[in-house]
Amino acid sequence: MRRVFALLISLGLILFFVNSLSILPEYGNVELSKVSNAYINKSVNGNNEKVKFGESKDLEDGAANVVTSIVVDYRSFDTLGEVTVLFTSALGVGLILHGFKRKTYGRLPNFILRVSVGILLPLILLFGVYVFVHGHLTPGGGFPGGTIIAAGILLLYLSNEEFDLSKTSKFVESYAGSLYIVVGLVGLAIGGVFLINFLPTGVVGDLFSAGIVPIVYILIGFKVGAELSGVIADLYREG
Amino acid sequence: MVYYISFILIGIGIYGILTQKNLFKFLVSLTIIDTAINIFIISLGYIEGKDVPIYSKYTPVANFVDPLPQALVLTAIVIGVGTLALGASLLVRVYEKYETLEVEEIAVKEARK
Amino acid sequence: MTIATIFVGILMIISAIYAIEAKKMLDSFISLSLLSLLSVFLFVIMKAPDVAITEASVGAGLTTAVLILALRRIGGDEE
Repeated sequence: MRRVFALLISLGLILFFVNSLSILPEYGNVELSKVSNAYINKSVNGNNEKVKFGESKDLEDGAANVVTSIVVDYRSFDTLGEVTVLFTSALGVGLILHGFKRKTYGRLPNFILRVSVGILLPLILLFGVYVFVHGHLTPGGGFPGGTIIAAGILLLYLSNEEFDLSKTSKFVESYAGSLYIVVGLVGLAIGGVFLINFLPTGVVGDLFSAGIVPIVYILIGFKVGAELSGVIADLYREG
Repeated sequence: MVYYISFILIGIGIYGILTQKNLFKFLVSLTIIDTAINIFIISLGYIEGKDVPIYSKYTPVANFVDPLPQALVLTAIVIGVGTLALGASLLVRVYEKYETLEVEEIAVKEARK
Repeated sequence: MTIATIFVGILMIISAIYAIEAKKMLDSFISLSLLSLLSVFLFVIMKAPDVAITEASVGAGLTTAVLILALRRIGGDEE
């Protein structure tokens, strides 16, 4: 009986959504809004001239990846808030799952796991660092880079009995978060706006371009990686 | 087409929340709804025949899909795993108190007190 | 591309139903991870590689890890 009612309710919801399709644009035929056009041409204050790869210089924001320039530059205050939400949830996990000892099995992990972690872990960490250092040129950035590093830390936890990172992760996380705010305050002192891009932005497509975007993304990468490995460390303790 | 997939996934998630009795299944259903809504938001920015919003050697001039929904979803996914971890840790505490995760058994134990 | 989208969509719906209806928790989590991986395919089709790489590392890696660690902490799989 309960299942029938649940099925009816969810079918009604699906029908409601399908009905509301008429006010949505057709799939694949969306028009770019004015805001998106301004973000793509990287001139929110200017006159919307076209950007060309490898030639355009000294734009508002020099990141070749438009998504990165929205996340870290134009809507950076938003990202600061989201990083704070992530910090709060990691703090909540630490508060709820209080415990002191790291969980042990009393026997060594699998031989294949132990050996292959030694080979794979440097590659995984290197890939994570690559993803967030090149966040303004290629797909990726601080958020996926941080999670890739956290996945590497999870592998370390699985393969090593004595490994414990919780103190280091708290240290790295708090310093990266504070440095993000310090970058914003420096922008406030130089340009008059919190988190303004105060460094020269360079040519679109160079590794050393885009002003503060790579710096902020590296900080976000460290912060997200440290927070998620802290969550894993908390789940590994026994209370 | 992608619209319909995300709608059906949202419906499945709500069906799961309404019928299942295990608290872990609630988390699973919420994660399904999370994924479905991310797919829906991304599909609102897709334009047929246009390219990935990254300036590169192959796309030197702008001919891009809408980058704004992608920027919103990018952070939402990472927030999603943070809140999921918070929910999972709450479940661990619930299990330590009631020694079960079935909703009805928890209600019985709560009434007996 | 449309046929591939429909195929992936049907697989996603099947794995979502299995994730909800599975008797064992571990099966449910693995099926959820499969759902995330298939959604990565949809993101790539819709020209969103940033979101795809994030979803691949979060959905297939960390979500499953967090859920399985929590399950192990409450003492394994109960029917």
